[in-house]
Amino acid sequence: MDVIGYRRIVPGTQPEYLHPAYASSVKRAPGRKLVLLPQTLSEVTGPVFGHDRVGPDDNDLTKGHDGAPIGERIIVTGRVLDGDGRPVPHTLVELWQCNATGRYRHDNDQHDAPLDPNFTGAGRAITDADGIYTFTTIKPGAYPWRNHHNAWRPQHLHFSLFGPSFMTRLVTQMYFPGDPLLPLDPIFNCVTDARARERMICSFDIDATVPEFALGYRFDIVLRGRDATPMEA
Amino acid sequence: MAKLTPTPSQTVGPFFALGLTWLDTVDLAAGAAAGERIVITGRVLDADGAPIPDAMLEVWQADAHGRYAHAEDTQDKPKDKVFAGFGRIATNKDGVFRFTTIKPGAVPGPGNSLQAPHIVVALFMRGMLRHLYTRIYFSDEAGANDADPVLALIEEARRATLVATRADGAAEYRWDIAMRGDAETVFFDC
Ligand SMILES: [Fe+2]
Repeated sequence: MDVIGYRRIVPGTQPEYLHPAYASSVKRAPGRKLVLLPQTLSEVTGPVFGHDRVGPDDNDLTKGHDGAPIGERIIVTGRVLDGDGRPVPHTLVELWQCNATGRYRHDNDQHDAPLDPNFTGAGRAITDADGIYTFTTIKPGAYPWRNHHNAWRPQHLHFSLFGPSFMTRLVTQMYFPGDPLLPLDPIFNCVTDARARERMICSFDIDATVPEFALGYRFDIVLRGRDATPMEA
Repeated sequence: MAKLTPTPSQTVGPFFALGLTWLDTVDLAAGAAAGERIVITGRVLDADGAPIPDAMLEVWQADAHGRYAHAEDTQDKPKDKVFAGFGRIATNKDGVFRFTTIKPGAVPGPGNSLQAPHIVVALFMRGMLRHLYTRIYFSDEAGANDADPVLALIEEARRATLVATRADGAAEYRWDIAMRGDAETVFFDC
């Protein structure tokens, strides 16, 4: 059975596994060249998660606690697109982040900043028929991470998406425009192609901003595109 | 339409459990799925052979008939309606993962070829900027493995890194992932 595969990565537009500026990549990157694999039915299929997996408030990280979380409330919205600019409808988007002080609700986070009893920092959404998702949350803080002297992560949200197949799986991070830490961050700068890198920065959007409530940011996410013709056997 | 450059991948970081454990699935065979129930377990090891406690596997497989729960699998075969085929399994503090599933059936490969039963794996961890793809095959499928069109792409000495070893007398397989070194697991560029 010949299948239509997903387009190969253009060098520079995705990170390499070994990126010495990101110290923990050094012992976790493969040493050998990856084996070129023509995609098969196993690759171009993948799990599908429907609306039944996500509750109505799962995309509002400010809810679910006794009170409101501390921090600047924001709305993050955007479209999930395929590599040809078409919306990807009904696909799962997972989100996690630290609180406004830069602390994650996770046992291994030792940063000396307070937890917020009213903030967990995890959410999820399913895109609508037009590929649009929306989260309400608070702006995450920057945090130190010991990768090098005086290392600080820029403010970011972690995103995880599935798309239509196992080949479109994507875990990424969303950054904020104008963050002075961006030029210093080895994780953000692991991508050498500047235009690809800038896809990870959201934009302020007055139209997504809700009066008297929260600033809005737009973050469109592009998944791997598909070939026009079947893979050669 | 213009082709768009995909959004770059970034690491899951050390705190992914916060956002991802809600979908953990370590028993893919829950319910009345048809087929042989099996356990697959192993460790994820770094370049020094040290266990990686903050890694996560996602697995994707066909049902016992060799059919995927996905619209693009249009094979004329029975379909196991209760088997979804997806698992998400984190490693523990010793770098160990373990999941229960059913042994998948054979699925079609390129052209008229048939692929040996296998599970597709996406591997995520702190320190990894983009997930890696690999596959699990089964030691008790030696004949099918010899004819598998994907294993055939790999130099012979390295094929064994993708073959999970069945324990004597138990439906349990051992499969370790080595990021580097002599036993480095084969990862795919796909
Ligand atoms: Fe983070």
